Amino acid sequence: MFSFFIVRMPNADTLCESSYWTERGKEMEEDFKVIDNYLMVKMPKEVDHHNSGYISKTADKFIMKDGIGNVVFDFEDTKFMDSSGIGIIIGRYKKISYFGGKVFAVNADTRIKRTLMICGLHKVIEIME
Amino acid sequence: METEKNVTKRVPGKTGFKNEMKIEFDAVSENEAFARVAVAAFVAPLNPTVEEISDIKTAVSEAVTNAIIHGYDAEEKTDSEADANKVYIHCLLLGDVLQVEVVDEGKGIENIEQAMEPLFTTKPDMDRSGMGFAFMEAFMDELEVISEPSMGTTVLMSKKLGTLPWIDHEE
Repeated sequence: MFSFFIVRMPNADTLCESSYWTERGKEMEEDFKVIDNYLMVKMPKEVDHHNSGYISKTADKFIMKDGIGNVVFDFEDTKFMDSSGIGIIIGRYKKISYFGGKVFAVNADTRIKRTLMICGLHKVIEIME
Repeated sequence: METEKNVTKRVPGKTGFKNEMKIEFDAVSENEAFARVAVAAFVAPLNPTVEEISDIKTAVSEAVTNAIIHGYDAEEKTDSEADANKVYIHCLLLGDVLQVEVVDEGKGIENIEQAMEPLFTTKPDMDRSGMGFAFMEAFMDELEVISEPSMGTTVLMSKKLGTLPWIDHEE
């Protein structure tokens, strides 16, 4: 009963998450899906400066190519996000809102939501369950 | 071990507990994850809550990212120059207060007040949001930035752990 309150530290697989350390190539493109005119972006476990560049670059490639109207960021697996994640969302929002598109954030847990709220992002994007 | 007692029962405000750590690593983006997890692991003996761990990780990540991309301009350097670039983290646990110092020897900040404004960034093209210092202020209790152009930057942060009531269970 006591152990319920002890915080489990990040274990080895958080540290050595293969998608974090290796150069991502083709297999990462599975995280980007186009459904109708929605681009679905599955965010990685940890979003920081190290992988934010790749996400924005690949998302931009899809936005340019396929006539995307809206972008959906899926935070289902995301455990950690810092201001680089905010940068990704704001950058995509600027691009897509020129054409009247919308940005959505789905499956964000309470900590990710709090990070989004601090920047006031809930006023420009839609945060949904 | 002195920490033994704190593991089983965290007493807020317990005095006399002291622990110190220093790490030094290359200013490359791969090390951001390492830095924040190292600091989070360092505070583990104080039984922090998941919230506290998450706050500390975010703040450390912001400070280290700033050192790497703004202090050293990581994208523009050649490999040999980048080898000499190091980020230093100095952590101190005094009682239930964590102090973190993130130091770089990069180009420094010209206007600290402007740099600390939310949404101010010198690198909007790189999708930086300009929220780094604002996040550090929001997630930690105290924040101090010491910097001079070409003299490097020191970011001092502190956070008191265990401000929420701790539920004590009898075995």
